Amino acid sequence: MGGLSVMWDNLTAFFSHGPNIVFTVLAVVIISAAVLMINFDKIVHMVLAMALAFIGLGGLYILLAAEFVAIVQILIYGGAMTILMIFGIMMTRHKNQEEEAKRPVHNVLLLIGVVALFGILFYAIQGTAFVTGAPLDPGSDNTAAIGELIFNNHVIPFELVSVLLTVAFIGAIVMAKREEE
Amino acid sequence: MDNILPSYLILGAILFCIGLYGALSKKNAVIVLLSIELMLNASNLNFVAFAKYGPNPALSGQIFSLFTITIAAAEAAVGVAILLALFRNKGTSDVVEMDHLKH
Repeated sequence: MGGLSVMWDNLTAFFSHGPNIVFTVLAVVIISAAVLMINFDKIVHMVLAMALAFIGLGGLYILLAAEFVAIVQILIYGGAMTILMIFGIMMTRHKNQEEEAKRPVHNVLLLIGVVALFGILFYAIQGTAFVTGAPLDPGSDNTAAIGELIFNNHVIPFELVSVLLTVAFIGAIVMAKREEE
Repeated sequence: MDNILPSYLILGAILFCIGLYGALSKKNAVIVLLSIELMLNASNLNFVAFAKYGPNPALSGQIFSLFTITIAAAEAAVGVAILLALFRNKGTSDVVEMDHLKH
């Protein structure tokens, strides 16, 4: 039973570290929310489960010392994206139930493919010896550091992305607008 | 067990696979868009995890994830707009029936 005791030692070492406990709780919340999203019948419930997953991911970003990204995640995904999807449902829905999939062969093949993909990813991640430097020093002001980096090193991508966002939103408005004839 | 980076990567892989399953098996187009957002979020998680625990920890990973979030927002807006236009013209939000290019 040597392997079992080694595993036990690893587990106790893992859970003796505070952030690891938070990581485990958040990971369980996120994965259960995502799985619930797949299994719910009503579409609005699916969107709400997904909002829970997005907010849990925001918690993980805080754990990773990325406070600004965490707040952006909660604002954009937890707020804006969820509301946008609910509006999309309101405007297109005639049945509020996702009808049972009538494609059993399709779904079984898909499940096999997805599990195989996960197996490959798992194998690759477990087999890689990650070189770790010293963990990122979060600094005292994450937002200021990100702002300085964006406006010093990444100005051109930043401006390009703002133009892209404007163009995309104008395009979305034009496309969704009712043509009056 | 002092290196937690693989745990984050495996969580990202699980989220990506769930998102892929949802995107390819669900019939409502809004849910398909939402599943794609989940896949993008999984990649964001990898960016931020490598930004903290990677071989070269730097804030660039977080900035990259911000750009990804921006592009994802643009993609979702355009996606919902296309969905609305399609629903007005064809009266369906079921991806199985969106096969007008086939006929």
